[in-house]
Amino acid sequence: MHASVRQAVSVNITPPVMNAATRESMAPAELRMTVSKLNFWYGSKQTLFDINLGIATNKVTALIGPSGCGKSTLLRTLNRMHETVRNARLDGEILLDGKNILSQDVTQLRRRVGMVFQRPNPFPKSIFENVAYGLRINGSKLPMAEAVEKSLRHAALWDEVKDQLHKSAYDLSGGQQQRLCIARALAVEPEVLLLDEPCSALDPISTAKIEELLVQLKDLCTIVTVTHNMQQAARISDFTAFLLIGQLIEFSPTPHLFTTPSDARTEAYITGRFG
Amino acid sequence: MNPRLRWRKFVSNFMLTMTCCCALIAVSVLFFILGNLVYHGGTSINWNFFTKLPVPVGETGGGMANAIVGSAKLLLLATLFGVPIGFLGAVYLAEFSGSKVAFVVRYAADLLNGAPSIVIGIFAFTLVVHPFKHFSTFAGGVALGIMMIPITLRSTEQFLLSVPRNLREGAMALGASKWKTIATVVVPAAYRGILTAILLAFARVAGETAPLIFTALGNSYWSHGWNQPTASLPVVIWNYALSAYDDWHRQAWAAGLVLLALILVINIVARAILSRGISVPRA
Repeated sequence: MHASVRQAVSVNITPPVMNAATRESMAPAELRMTVSKLNFWYGSKQTLFDINLGIATNKVTALIGPSGCGKSTLLRTLNRMHETVRNARLDGEILLDGKNILSQDVTQLRRRVGMVFQRPNPFPKSIFENVAYGLRINGSKLPMAEAVEKSLRHAALWDEVKDQLHKSAYDLSGGQQQRLCIARALAVEPEVLLLDEPCSALDPISTAKIEELLVQLKDLCTIVTVTHNMQQAARISDFTAFLLIGQLIEFSPTPHLFTTPSDARTEAYITGRFG
Repeated sequence: MNPRLRWRKFVSNFMLTMTCCCALIAVSVLFFILGNLVYHGGTSINWNFFTKLPVPVGETGGGMANAIVGSAKLLLLATLFGVPIGFLGAVYLAEFSGSKVAFVVRYAADLLNGAPSIVIGIFAFTLVVHPFKHFSTFAGGVALGIMMIPITLRSTEQFLLSVPRNLREGAMALGASKWKTIATVVVPAAYRGILTAILLAFARVAGETAPLIFTALGNSYWSHGWNQPTASLPVVIWNYALSAYDDWHRQAWAAGLVLLALILVINIVARAILSRGISVPRA
C-alpha cells in the first residue's frame, strides 16, 4: 500500500485502510494528503503507532476516539504544530500533494495547511486585523480589504461584522470568534484546513452554524476535523477515522463506519459502550 | 455571659484593634512624609526654583534648574541603557531559554535587584569613571540603567509568560516564524504590562542617590554634554539637607516635593495603564 499511495497521489484512488466491502461501495477520491507508517513520541512515551491514512481532496475527514487516543496529536502532525512542543518526535512519512512535509519549510507548509483550535484564539487586534494577519506576515500584495471581506464571507461572518470591522475581536461572541478564526485561516487560502474540536467550547446554536459552514467549505479546501462528538462526525464528515490508544482502528466512509463498522471496538465505541 | 466567652470576646476585640492600628500606622507613614514635604516644600517652591542656578551661601533666591535637567538627562540615559537590555533579556527568557538557563538568569536578576544601590554605584565607578578618569552624566546613567535592568527584565518576563499559549499557536499556524509571532502577537498582547513595568523601574531609580554620588557626582553649574559631572535632584537634596543653612534646607524640601510628585505621577499613570486591562482576556 505504501508504494501505491505515493504513485496514486494525483490519480483517482480510494483512501487506504479500508475493508473490501467499503472499497467497492465508494466513489473514487483523490488524495490531498497521505500519512504512512507514522509513529509519534512525547519524550519516551509513544502516543501514535503505525498510522496509515489518506485525506481525500475537498472532503471532510473526521478523526474520532475517546480522550487521549491521539486524535489531536495526529491532526497536529499534519501541519507540524507538534514541533512547538518540546520532546515531541515522530517518524514515518506525511505527504502533501506528493511531497514530504517533513522536509519542507515549515512556515510555507503552515500557509498551505491552516489550523483552527479548540478554543477560539483571536489576536488582541481588530476584527479586520485578525483576518489580515496571515496575509500581512506572508507579505501578500492582494488588496487587503477585498481579501478580508472574501474570507469573512466564506466564514459566514461578514453580515454580522461588516459594520464593526475595526472593533476588537474580543467584542464578538464565542461562536463568532471561532468563525473569525476560521476566516483568519481561510485568508491565506490554504489547501487543507485542520480543526481541533472546533465546537467543544461553543453552545449548540454556534456549533450548528460551524457545522453547516464546514460542509460548505469543502468546495474551497480539504477539511480534517477532530471531534469527540460522534453525532457531529456523522453529520458533517465524508470519511471517519476511529482511533484508540494511539492506533488507527478503522477508517471508512462515514455512513459505513457508523452503520456497519468492521471492527468490534469501533462498534463498541459508536454504540456508547465506552469512551 | 460565662467568663470563657467573655475572655474570647476580649481577645478578639483586642486583636482587631491591634491589626487596625498597624494598618493605620503603615498608611500614616506615607501621609506624614507627604504632608511634611508639602508643608515645607510647598512654601519654598517658586518659579525661580525651576529656572535659576544655585546661588552661593548667603545670597537668597536661586534654584535647581541644573539639577532638574541633570536628573532628566540621567534618567533618559538610564532608560536607553537599561530598558532594551531588560526587555530583550526577558524575551529570551520567556520565549527561548531552557528552564536551567532561565533559573540562573532569574536568580541573578533577583540578586542584582536586591544589591545595595551603593554597590551598583561603585561598580559603575570602576566600569566607567575610573577608565575615563572623570565623573560624568554618562557614568550616572549607566549606574541607574544597571538598576533598571533586573526590574524591567523580571516584570516583562512575567507579562510575556502570561500571554496564552494558544495565541502563539494561532500565529504559528498561519505560517509566522517564532520571531514574527513574538513581534506581532506576543509583545503587542503584553505591551500594557511591559509599559507599566518600564515606568515603575523608571520611578524606582528616579530617587536613587547612592549610585550617583560615585558617578555623576554633582555640579553647581550647568553640565554640558554627557561627559561632565552633573547635578541631580537626589544628590542635591542629600547635600543641601546635610548643610547648616536654612535657605538650603528649604530648597532641599522643595526638591524633595518635586521628586516625590514626579514619582507619584509615574505610579498613577502606570496603574491607570494597567487597570485599563491587560489586553488579553484570561482563557
